[in-house]
Amino acid sequence: MAVIEVREIHKRYGGTVAVDDVSLTIQPGEIFGILGPNGAGKTTTVECVAGLRAPDRGTISVLGLDPLRDRAELTRRLGVQLQESQLPDRLQVAEALELYSSFYPRPADWRELMDALNLTSKATTRYAKLSGGQKQRLSIALALVGNPEVAILDELTTGLDPQARRDTWALIEQARARGTTIVLVTHFMEEAERLCDRLALINGGRVVTVDTPEGLTARARVEQRIVFHPSRPCDDALLTALPEVSRVTRRDDLVIVEGTAEAITTVIPLLSAHGIAPQRLRVEQASLEDAFVALTGSTTGEDL
Amino acid sequence: MSTLRLIKTETVLSIRDKIGPLWGVGFPLVLLVILGNVPSLREPQAVNGGVATFDLYVPVLILFNLAMLALIAVPTVLAGYRQAGVLRRLQTTPVGPARVLTAQLVANLAIAVVATVVFLATARFAFGVALPGAVVSFVVAWLLVAAAMLGIGLLITALATGQPQASAIGTVLYFPLMFCAGLWVPITQMPPLLRDISHATPLGAGMQAFQYAYAGDFPAAQPLLVLTGYAVLSAAAAVRWFRWS
Repeated sequence: MAVIEVREIHKRYGGTVAVDDVSLTIQPGEIFGILGPNGAGKTTTVECVAGLRAPDRGTISVLGLDPLRDRAELTRRLGVQLQESQLPDRLQVAEALELYSSFYPRPADWRELMDALNLTSKATTRYAKLSGGQKQRLSIALALVGNPEVAILDELTTGLDPQARRDTWALIEQARARGTTIVLVTHFMEEAERLCDRLALINGGRVVTVDTPEGLTARARVEQRIVFHPSRPCDDALLTALPEVSRVTRRDDLVIVEGTAEAITTVIPLLSAHGIAPQRLRVEQASLEDAFVALTGSTTGEDL
Repeated sequence: MSTLRLIKTETVLSIRDKIGPLWGVGFPLVLLVILGNVPSLREPQAVNGGVATFDLYVPVLILFNLAMLALIAVPTVLAGYRQAGVLRRLQTTPVGPARVLTAQLVANLAIAVVATVVFLATARFAFGVALPGAVVSFVVAWLLVAAAMLGIGLLITALATGQPQASAIGTVLYFPLMFCAGLWVPITQMPPLLRDISHATPLGAGMQAFQYAYAGDFPAAQPLLVLTGYAVLSAAAAVRWFRWS
């Protein structure tokens, strides 16, 4: 049975439609990613799932419960990390964890969580004095302190440095290993690729597609990309003549060749036959980001 | 269990916050000690019905404390919680934001009880001011004033768009309401019209009720009704307009 079942929800704020028609089915023990550009309706969708907003139409069931009607029961079994939600400025880290753990019937050991998120040295630091990354880690700890069956994490690792991001991913994988179903709203492709079992791509308030990260990447049809700086001027037509090459573009002095997975084996010999050395050569496999851009029509992946 | 911890946390936070302890407790206590050292204020005055002006200031400063906590400390903290998403975050926990609001009120009531006891004891033992003759009357009056003021504080929180607005509304209301309690001119020395107006305000009615208690009587119906009216109406309006986020 699905842990979360969202059916045809619709939400409008004034004249703006935030969520047009979103349906999702999330299985137990899954790490399910929700990906999409800014304003796609990701946060509104998860806020409806968490029972913080009422959809105008459609139904939602979480652990067989109605997020609005069965709030009391659901809040005991659901952990939430929200964007732009803070704690009282003068509350200390350990106090916050101890307080939140007292809210739940079967809490996790908050000291262990504090340790796992590298916050023990900040135990007596007030919330207002924490850095952005430390606040983010505390917020993750608070989402997990109740030992939830389902955790909704909105912008999990935004504001974290690369090391903290990796530590957080490990923590999420541990939570999943204990049986927690995780819904992750993210705009980090690397995070989605590394953590998520399945991804829903949301754009303009609608689900564009739901697939595994590999499945999404395969749909982008950009199998390989070869980037180099030619030692001598090199004509595009020379490269596009190859059957394995689909497209040649240029960025400053770089040549970008897109083509099938075999393109590299014909491009390099061709270049050397013409006495062109491919300097600073890089071969990139199509990434989730390419798939994202291809599927949402968003021009820059950085802007998501 | 979680409720007790919330109350404890909110009390600790209120003390760290310093608005309540400094302006709501420390400042009126210093004022009490200073006024107690002014000889002319300690002479019985015919205009006060034979009571020294200083004696009248003891209940005024108790009202000062309640007003500071309820009108300024509570709205500032709660509107700040709402603005920062603290209440919204709590909506996703089994405890819910209403409980933190309750905890905040209980924490401030606890601070107010301590302050009232300290003020009464200081006045009694340092300056020989008699304690209220009717203890039950005093407690009833105190609770009604607290209810009326906290109701108004919650209404300010409900209506303010953000934390700065909440502090501003609280501060602007604070001065005229304290004037009506007799902070600058004791009510007994006010012209009749001003006295009637004062008695229709929550702190003026509170002062009136306290004076009955000091005289050893149960308060008359009028101040009790005025206080109950403020408490019920402001609480109902606050419930009607309160926003969690």
